[in-house]
Amino acid sequence: MSSALGILSSRTAVFRWGLELTSFLSRLGKTWLSVRPRMESGGRQHAGRSTSFSADFVKSGTAQRRSRTGTRAFGDGKSKEAEIKRINKELANIRSKFKGDKALDGYSKKKYVCKLLFIFLLGHDIDFGHMEAVNLLSSNKYTEKQIGYLFISVLVNSNSELIRLINNAIKNDLASRNPTFMCLALHCIANVGSREMGEAFAADIPRILVAGDSMDSVKQSAALCLLRLYKASPDLVPMGEWTARVVHLLNDQHMGVVTAAVSLITCLCKKNPDDFKTCVSLAVSRLSRIVSSASTDLQDYTYYFVPAPWLSVKLLRLLQCYPPPEDAAVRGRLVECLETVLNKAQEPPKSKKVQHSNARNAALLESISLIMHYDSEPNLLVRACNQLGQFLQHRETNLRYLALESMCTLASSEFSHEAVKTHIDTVINALKTERDVSVRQRAADLLYAMCDRSNAKQIVSEMLRYLETADYAIREEIVLKVAILAEKYAVDYSWYVDTILNLIRIAGDYVSEEVWYRVLQIVTNRDDVQGYAAKTVFEALQAPACHENMVKVGGYILGEFGNLIAGDPRSSPPVQFSLLHSKFHLCSVATRALLLSTYIKFINLFPETKATIQGVLRAGAQLRNADVELQQRAVEYLTLSSVASTDVLATVLEEMPPFPERESSILAKLKRKKGPGAGSALEDGRRDPSSSDINGGVEATPSAVSTPSPSADLLGLRAAPPPAAPPAPAGAGSLLVDVFSDGPAQPSLGPTPEEAFLSELEPPAPESPMALLADPAPAADPGPEDIGPPIPEADELLNKFVCKNNGVLFENQLLQIGVKSEFRQNLGRMYLFYGNKTSVQFQSFSPTVIHPGDLQTQLAVQTKRVAAQVDGGAQVQQVLNIECLRDFLTPPLLSVRFRYGGAPQSLTLKLPVTINKFFQPTEMAAQDFFQRWKQLSLPLQEAQKIFKANHPMDAEVTKAKLLGFGSALLDNVDPNPENFVGAGIIQTKALQVGCLLRLEPNAQAQMYRLTLRTSKEPVSRHLCELLAQQF
Amino acid sequence: MRFMLLFSRQGKLRLQKWYLATSDKERKKMVRELMQVVLARKPKMCSFLEWRDLKVVYKRYASLYFCCAIEGQDNELITLELIHRYVELLDKYFGSVCELDIIFNFEKAYFILDEFLMGGDVQDTSKKSVLKAIEQADLLQEEDESPRSVRDLGPQGL
Repeated sequence: MSSALGILSSRTAVFRWGLELTSFLSRLGKTWLSVRPRMESGGRQHAGRSTSFSADFVKSGTAQRRSRTGTRAFGDGKSKEAEIKRINKELANIRSKFKGDKALDGYSKKKYVCKLLFIFLLGHDIDFGHMEAVNLLSSNKYTEKQIGYLFISVLVNSNSELIRLINNAIKNDLASRNPTFMCLALHCIANVGSREMGEAFAADIPRILVAGDSMDSVKQSAALCLLRLYKASPDLVPMGEWTARVVHLLNDQHMGVVTAAVSLITCLCKKNPDDFKTCVSLAVSRLSRIVSSASTDLQDYTYYFVPAPWLSVKLLRLLQCYPPPEDAAVRGRLVECLETVLNKAQEPPKSKKVQHSNARNAALLESISLIMHYDSEPNLLVRACNQLGQFLQHRETNLRYLALESMCTLASSEFSHEAVKTHIDTVINALKTERDVSVRQRAADLLYAMCDRSNAKQIVSEMLRYLETADYAIREEIVLKVAILAEKYAVDYSWYVDTILNLIRIAGDYVSEEVWYRVLQIVTNRDDVQGYAAKTVFEALQAPACHENMVKVGGYILGEFGNLIAGDPRSSPPVQFSLLHSKFHLCSVATRALLLSTYIKFINLFPETKATIQGVLRAGAQLRNADVELQQRAVEYLTLSSVASTDVLATVLEEMPPFPERESSILAKLKRKKGPGAGSALEDGRRDPSSSDINGGVEATPSAVSTPSPSADLLGLRAAPPPAAPPAPAGAGSLLVDVFSDGPAQPSLGPTPEEAFLSELEPPAPESPMALLADPAPAADPGPEDIGPPIPEADELLNKFVCKNNGVLFENQLLQIGVKSEFRQNLGRMYLFYGNKTSVQFQSFSPTVIHPGDLQTQLAVQTKRVAAQVDGGAQVQQVLNIECLRDFLTPPLLSVRFRYGGAPQSLTLKLPVTINKFFQPTEMAAQDFFQRWKQLSLPLQEAQKIFKANHPMDAEVTKAKLLGFGSALLDNVDPNPENFVGAGIIQTKALQVGCLLRLEPNAQAQMYRLTLRTSKEPVSRHLCELLAQQF
Repeated sequence: MRFMLLFSRQGKLRLQKWYLATSDKERKKMVRELMQVVLARKPKMCSFLEWRDLKVVYKRYASLYFCCAIEGQDNELITLELIHRYVELLDKYFGSVCELDIIFNFEKAYFILDEFLMGGDVQDTSKKSVLKAIEQADLLQEEDESPRSVRDLGPQGL
């Protein structure tokens, strides 16, 4: 009988069975209802099985009849409970049949097993019948066997006992030599694919696969079955002699066998590329035959005029497991194939059906994948890029989507990166106009991938604009991308800060912690942007409704750097505070906690806000807040602000130190989101090797502001200064700030305000320099054994004063020492200011100057006595008169000893008197300079040092430093205008030392070369060392 | 391919084929989740979407959605045509296939799928070979000399 008749009769059966079933399958009825309107409106009869079926499922009269029946059944109004009741009744019936005394014949078993399967597929649980299904496997009737296998494949159960029985049945079928049974068994193995099955059959299947007498259909099934087992448990599949024969299946006559074999080989060769190497040339020749075949050559393997699209795609995928073929002939043939595929894409389509274009483009896109995988044929890469460019504007959404996706990969190839960039406008347009969110997402991905320095601003601004209307689903990702690009390609950090604040403004909800932590890290680490950041957040906070994340960022930045904008009356401290506090009540607990830290930092930065802030902290809402964290902060901060002195506050609430540089936490987050490989274009820094250092990244989890706790260590007495005390913050330096202008280093000579200062202090009476020294030091110098060694930072502190004369020499919790000095010829006068930072009197206060070693004969320093008591908060001044007798190398030491609260304190520093202080600048013409330079040509007279720049290489700063060092700067001497040349004479009482210097910066290498020539060898070396540390 | 699902616009699962080992619970969860995502999409939207770590390719035929989950490097377009080829096979076999054919002849739908795809890979792309295999099976069925299918028994069987 023809199968058509078979189908017909089974259709009738469906109808009858369906009638019966629907009474308990009301859910089905719903579907039928939905089918009906189509029927009624359609009401048409389709002539047979036309190929145009795809748009319409429901057309035949049979279907009409069925649906009417269904509707009627549904219309009976059976409830869901009734359905379940009916199913349970049926299940009970089947169970009783299975358990009954009478043995069921194969046919009944099959019938009930099939019913169980049906019920299961309707979504009900089935917990019995497995044994009956297994029994069916050993039936020699095909349909019974088939239903048995189907049940096993659909309702796999890892019941090991059952598996053993199943395996047994499968084993019999595999050995049966009946191809239909063998295929059923292989299908079952592939469908279940469990490890037990692998253990039982992994060794047999390769044998079946390569056996000469296996039917084609069996080979196909065996290949894919083996693939499935290999994927599940690769260790179970033994490699062996069969692998070579599998490769040769690529040459098989039967296309179906080739199709199945390619899948297997593709998977196997990933783990054992060498074993399958020969497949490359076979695959190329097979591919070449397909590509060059006419559309009718391959008969049934031609799909909508496209020759064997599935096989082509699979072969192209297999080739992507290997590098480009080494054999020139194979390679040439492959390139030819790829070119043919690209050429064919330009031909007019052979059919208007979407299936034709899909199949053709599937092979085309896979070819492009292979071209990108090789990444070695610039010509093909650019052609691929152009092809994808065409697709970007294709009317098929699917193609636009795929083109955007593939271009992402192309963007990371050096050959095609520029070609991809030319499509930027199309991609931006796609981001704006595509109606499908997944396409827009691809567009955003591509923009991210094609971004580099040249287009970063455009891309970031487009992404920001898109963000305003973006789908909620992808906002967070866009935010991450914008944040990463803005940081990576930031040329000036004000743009970066603007971008991030815009992000918060537009999509505050989607700005994750990583993003706003990051902006704080960057602002904290880059002092050139702090003022701008403070100003910008201040402005942003003025918006009537601003996002909580903005309040967080604003609170943190103003707390750290609010002082930088406090000079403007529009952003004076009280204004800053009230602006922040106006947001306080609307914020979450975490933000309020952060704001409390900001407030305490304000007390330090702006003492004038102290009373207001203490009022806020004292308010019941804070002090008795139900939230433990808020309450604790309020209590601690209030106590801290009232108990601790200004200097303790200043130390506790000091500006946050820079964060350690680490991988960007945002990048890590994006990678987590997108899986490994995302952001790889950024990581490798391929396009931007130079960016890694400035834009490299920092990570740290700033714990908002360090919560100061009144620990003994912080408030306790400690003679040692805090490590590397920063230049006194405004608040901390308030003791001395009125005395010192901590401005940039200034040259000590010439018409500067220093002159006035000196003349003011110059004692009016005896004008002779010697008279200055007439007053002998009243206290005997203590011997060197009496004083301790200089503190570890002494050298560093000394270095700060090589090129300048005024500033804070030293500071710790108790004491601050300021310096102001003036030198002329071989004489100098130095004022030391000792500030008591505590509220307790220092007793037995005695600062002394010591001349270690030979210094006594080289340098004369006279000190004047100071009062032995320094009151809390008071400052005493000590004047030192200095005369340089001859050249010296080590500076004198300053020892300060006193008692604080009964505890003796002592401290030894290096006095900032270095040989260059006695420099007298000398102007000279180029000719003279070169003449003298030549005169000082003895090897020992020259000292040279090549060193790395420790500070930004700014010509103006360098000039100021050299002038501060004391030499004259000579223009038009060095032929290279980038270089600096200086000259001067060191004045001592005994002799004069002429000095010439030359400093050659190399901006590219960030290095300097410094050369000193003097008439005295140790002086050259010493000056060279002193000066080299300044750049 | 990881799995293939057929479901109706009402969210009723009509056929499921899994090519990866997952627990029943996880499967149910995935089906529910994916159906929601796909059903929410408008016509004319693109047929591909990223879902979890997979790519989903789907196409709607009348009231039925055919939905395949494939892996990262798999080709989307060819998967789309794979769905189409499967629908063609069903159509050829059933003759103007409709949702009901798949509901009531589910086992045939599975058999055809098994002939076409195995372990998630295309076994044979020729319409003729696949249908020939199925026809052979049907012939065997008739040789069995028993009623062709359980359904031929009709209501009295229940």
